[in-house]
Amino acid sequence: MSRLLIQSGRVIDPASGRDEAADVAIADGRITAIGHALDVGSARHIDATGCVVMPGLVDLAARLREPGHEHEGMLESELRAAAAGGVTSLVCPPDTDPPLDEPGLVEMLKFRARKLSSCRLFPLGALTRGLAGEVLTEMAELSEAGCVGFSQADAPVRDTMVLLRALQYAATFGHTVWLRPQDGWLGKGVAASGAVATRLGLSGIPVAAETVALHTIIELVRTTSARVHLCRLSSAAGVALLRQAKREGLPISADVSVHSLHLTDVDIGYFNADMRLTPPLRQGADRTALREALADGTIDALVSDHHPVLDDEKNLPFAEAEPGASAVELLLSLALKWGQDHGLDLPRTLARVTSEPARVLGRGLGGLQASAGRLIEGGVADLCLFDPAATWRATRESLTSQGKHTPFDFFATGTALPGRVRATVLAGELSFRAEPMS
Amino acid sequence: MLSRRNPQLNAHGELIHLLSIEGLPREVVTQVLDTAGTFLSVNDREVKKVPLLRGKSVFNLFFENSTRTRTTFEIAAKRLSADVINLDIARSSTAKGESLLDTIANLSAMHADMFIVRHGESGAPYLIAQHCAPHVHVVNAGDGRHAHPTQGLLDMYTIRHFKRDFSQLTVAIVGDIVHSRVARSDIHALTTLGVPEVRAVGPRTLVPGDLREMGVRVCHDMAEGIRGADVIIMLRLQNERMSGAMLPSAGEFAKTFGLTPDKLALAKPDAIVMHPGPINRGVEIDSSVADGSHSVILPQVTFGIAVRMAVMSIIAGNEA
Repeated sequence: MSRLLIQSGRVIDPASGRDEAADVAIADGRITAIGHALDVGSARHIDATGCVVMPGLVDLAARLREPGHEHEGMLESELRAAAAGGVTSLVCPPDTDPPLDEPGLVEMLKFRARKLSSCRLFPLGALTRGLAGEVLTEMAELSEAGCVGFSQADAPVRDTMVLLRALQYAATFGHTVWLRPQDGWLGKGVAASGAVATRLGLSGIPVAAETVALHTIIELVRTTSARVHLCRLSSAAGVALLRQAKREGLPISADVSVHSLHLTDVDIGYFNADMRLTPPLRQGADRTALREALADGTIDALVSDHHPVLDDEKNLPFAEAEPGASAVELLLSLALKWGQDHGLDLPRTLARVTSEPARVLGRGLGGLQASAGRLIEGGVADLCLFDPAATWRATRESLTSQGKHTPFDFFATGTALPGRVRATVLAGELSFRAEPMS
Repeated sequence: MLSRRNPQLNAHGELIHLLSIEGLPREVVTQVLDTAGTFLSVNDREVKKVPLLRGKSVFNLFFENSTRTRTTFEIAAKRLSADVINLDIARSSTAKGESLLDTIANLSAMHADMFIVRHGESGAPYLIAQHCAPHVHVVNAGDGRHAHPTQGLLDMYTIRHFKRDFSQLTVAIVGDIVHSRVARSDIHALTTLGVPEVRAVGPRTLVPGDLREMGVRVCHDMAEGIRGADVIIMLRLQNERMSGAMLPSAGEFAKTFGLTPDKLALAKPDAIVMHPGPINRGVEIDSSVADGSHSVILPQVTFGIAVRMAVMSIIAGNEA
């Protein structure tokens, strides 16, 4: 029987607003007590003085490049990166190679992730076979295999009839459909339409690529009552449509990526391929709207949009470079940075990467539904300990991810990031520990 | 985000690569034009050579086909006494799957001193400049839709030659601006040199409103765009744009935005007409205008060699 006692930390449970100095006692993967001067006998102790003790982060968008990159050991390195970032649950999209459209693939992925015991993995199943947007997948079987929802990842469903049928079918069984709103025809460029793309001669993706898709999705939700999660909104106009849909009471939730929350197209600078991202970085007014929407709850969750890209795929002319950046290790720090900028207290800031994304997952979490993203007695012992006073530099050397590209690289930004993860606990066991712990 | 130094200038603000006209100080642009003036006479000598780049190896790296631009760079480099190596990359290494940076590393190992780069993707010369050895200089000979700085500079040389002063001019750039690296380089050069009115003229599909942020007046009406202009720069309409979602047909474009004698009459009486070539007679420009008294299309070509000599000799003399 394994026991752990985390002593004298600042315990924050964002969902309940709990924020107090306390000990957390853990046994057999569960939190047995949260209180003062707990005595649990022969438990292993972790001194959390000066640290925040919070629920492990729940990241709704992280690519692990497996299947497809097994030879590079991507799954192992990227799940270790998640643990190093305090993430204990993550959702991966189905655009692997081959896509997650067969129960066997999903079972294998879940099995391999479980064996690595770095982080819980919640795959999304492909909404259509091969993500081709034509034939529905066997959602019941995929769901049994462990899929928490169904998604097209970045592949649009061009045929609106197929999208309507997919939503109707998913709604029959109460599955959530995860869609990134982007029109397949308007979304072919490599940078957001605007003065920067025009000046640099990069093909543009207009805001209408997002809003046209949103209008379609929202109208289909209205007629099917399907539950839809909108992935990685990028524009102020998109936020306005989401706000209106939520006000109407439609079953829609949404997330935003750390990149869209902190960066704009101006950061592309002299064709910096680390800024080649999907969705593309938009303008300052879009960033402001996204930050406000995340603060007021219109956008439910902040996601890393982790997508490790190797040097050979990134050291190319901007348009040819593979979109994406390593981000799962930066999620907590970038949430804290946003919270500080907005004057939010820690519980409200941290809710966007813990309890709120867990709420989006809902029954997809299975037995963890009541306690994932939370710190409660009797709940699962998935925790993150971080030092809120520490800062760190994101560099090639400091990243665990095999992808070494991030727009927040210290040598590009000259800016250190706030908050350093000291330890991550997964089901009562340490999945990451920084050394030395102060 | 930290703003980085313009990668084409060294710590003293001197030109070490020519990647774009954007961000170049006016003095640097003027220095190129003045230097080009001194080289113009070399082209008229019996022995058309000066020894400024003797012993240097200039590699023409054309990832995209171009006979005309490559030839003018070759002539310019040879008149500076450089050894010129032409590589038709489009048909060699990349076809064998070699990456851009591997190609560059290999050529650097052959002790190249200067790369003249044309590439189909915007920004490719920046990537090359970042990854080549510090002593190697890079000249952008056209990248995607982004920039064609030597064309921009030779256009400025031409305008200065015929108009002398930039501070009173109205310049109209007409045609497919959205896909044109020449237009972008001209716009940056004209605004840098203090031209008070630069107009971008064409249909909404080819002239995006965002261009206003580059300091130009956007005109979707040909008459409004040309009226009172001192300089008209016509752009080449690429064959693949002549029919499709951008334009219905070459004929309709000729009718609405092609430069005919009638439309030219709206410009100043002493207006000059320019074109980066090769021209589509009867599409963007009428033959009678291209061959007429306002046309300075052939002097542009002559000046282009002197301007490229100036660029190469200046950057070769500056150290990173």
